[in-house]
Amino acid sequence: MIQHVDNPVVEIHDLTVTYNKKPVLWDIDLTLPAGSIIGVIGPNGAGKSTMIKSIMGLVPLNSGYVKVFDQDLQDVRSRVSYVPQKESVDWDFPASVMDVVLMGRYGKLGLFTRPRKADKEVALDCLRRVDMEAYAGRQISQLSGGQQQRVFLARALAQEADLYFMDEPFAGVDAATEKAIINLMKTMSEQGKTVVVVHHDLQSAVEYFDWVVLLNLRLIANGPVPEVMTGQLLQETYGGKLTLLAEVGELLTKKEFPSREKE
Amino acid sequence: MEAFWIIAAGSLVAIPCGLLGCYLILRQMAMVGDAISHAVLPGIVIAFFISGQREPISMLLGASILGVITTFLIEFFHTKARLQTDASIGVTFTWLFALGIILISVFAGKIDLDQDCVLYGEISYVPIDLWITANGTIMGPRVMYIMGAVFIVVLLFIIIGYKELFLTTFDPKFAAASGISVALWHYLLMGAVSFTTVGAFESVGAILVVALLIVPPATAYLLTENLQKMMLITAGLGVVVSFFGYYLAAWLDGSIAGAMSLVAGVLFAAAFLFSPQEGLLTRKKRMAFATNKDS
Ligand SMILES: Nc1ncnc2c1ncn2[C@@H]1O[C@H](COP(=O)(O)OP(=O)(O)O)[C@@H](O)[C@H]1O
Ligand SMILES: [Mg+2]
Repeated sequence: MIQHVDNPVVEIHDLTVTYNKKPVLWDIDLTLPAGSIIGVIGPNGAGKSTMIKSIMGLVPLNSGYVKVFDQDLQDVRSRVSYVPQKESVDWDFPASVMDVVLMGRYGKLGLFTRPRKADKEVALDCLRRVDMEAYAGRQISQLSGGQQQRVFLARALAQEADLYFMDEPFAGVDAATEKAIINLMKTMSEQGKTVVVVHHDLQSAVEYFDWVVLLNLRLIANGPVPEVMTGQLLQETYGGKLTLLAEVGELLTKKEFPSREKE
Repeated sequence: MEAFWIIAAGSLVAIPCGLLGCYLILRQMAMVGDAISHAVLPGIVIAFFISGQREPISMLLGASILGVITTFLIEFFHTKARLQTDASIGVTFTWLFALGIILISVFAGKIDLDQDCVLYGEISYVPIDLWITANGTIMGPRVMYIMGAVFIVVLLFIIIGYKELFLTTFDPKFAAASGISVALWHYLLMGAVSFTTVGAFESVGAILVVALLIVPPATAYLLTENLQKMMLITAGLGVVVSFFGYYLAAWLDGSIAGAMSLVAGVLFAAAFLFSPQEGLLTRKKRMAFATNKDS
């Protein structure tokens, strides 16, 4: 089940990525539709983060190319936003919430220019959209996991992009934050923005996403949720790792799947 | 007057070293500062050999180039030879340092350079090491000019690149994704560290430079959670260390560089024990709190 779309926001062609000669992504060919909320799903180590990084130009490609808005990333960078896994930074870093959100403006500012009042207003507005306005002056070391994720999202919003890549935004956050994030994504998608989310909880995936990419080294499936989230394709993605998956179709219909999978 | 010049020279070394050290600490690269400060030696010797005299500009330039090469080699051994970062640092700086020593001994007969003057600048000589122009005017201690220039360059670098240094230090992936070159800022920072350490090396000696690069920023890190404040505190600590270090040495009639390093260490220990946020005692409480919260 690999569906191709016309006028895709992202087009990946023949992509292979290796770390120390070990392939992590193998011959990926896919297109993603504009304006959707897209889930990238697969087991740990499947190459989900690597796929996002290769779209963002953060890892060298062994072969293939990536196009965003039908152009090279270089030429459309200001329209694309990236939310790394929140574990990828040191939250004891001496910075305030406002400092971090303002980083979303740096790409537009360029060298020599400091963030201006207008940038601070954008940042505050973005904090408001994730319900963190009251925390603007707080040090980031004092935040909970959910609040850290909201700050990262506010920083991404401050980039005012059209396409967002979020790496595991739901990992280690509380239920309220999860709900807030998903509502935010829905609003963004209604405004015509595209949100690509790395995720690994199967049950909520069915609820949250319009479109799903199943990945495990190779591309297993790419298409609308009902066609992709089937027992057989999930089995193929998770292989022997998740024996329960034989019953996943059943679980999905019954909606009794145990909620959060811990990494 | 002697006290004034020595304290002023100490501060002029401590402030730029400490400001750059803040970034090294936050990038978990404290040892790179130490490595660079040794690895620049062949650069100094070669610059000296080419220019034929102890002329600060070519020495600073030679050192900066070597510093960037050092950084590059550390990166290279780490990524290409899959060596751990600390091993890669160890390999790189020891052989560059050795190369410098060999160059000195090979050229020792031909040029006026010895290990002592390159490696062990001595802060107590600051007031008598004067810059005298060709027509005999005495311009004051030479070190004040060298370190004054280093100080201004480092300050400008940090002011101009504040945003980029902040972002590439905190979140290099996001920086790269927003189109900011992480490698460029990395090498600029390492170039600045080399340039500063070598100027400082030659002025006040090796031990003091390594201490000033790391200890005041580490102390400031314990005292605040705001980068700008951390840098201001570091600068303030640099002056305090120079002042009390000088008088401690005078009182003990001991080495000034040693006394300054000692004062820096004592201030760090005090911050470690009593800091309001990160002090040993406070932290214990906070950790207990965090565990309760998580469960
Ligand atoms: N920087 C790296 N160097 C070497 N191997 C890596 C690196 N990053 C990821 N890998 C490996 O690549 C594989 C895919 O990683 P990743 O894309 O992070 O997977 P996922 O996000 O799906 O969990 C894993 O086996 C991981 O160990
Ligand atoms: Mg991942």
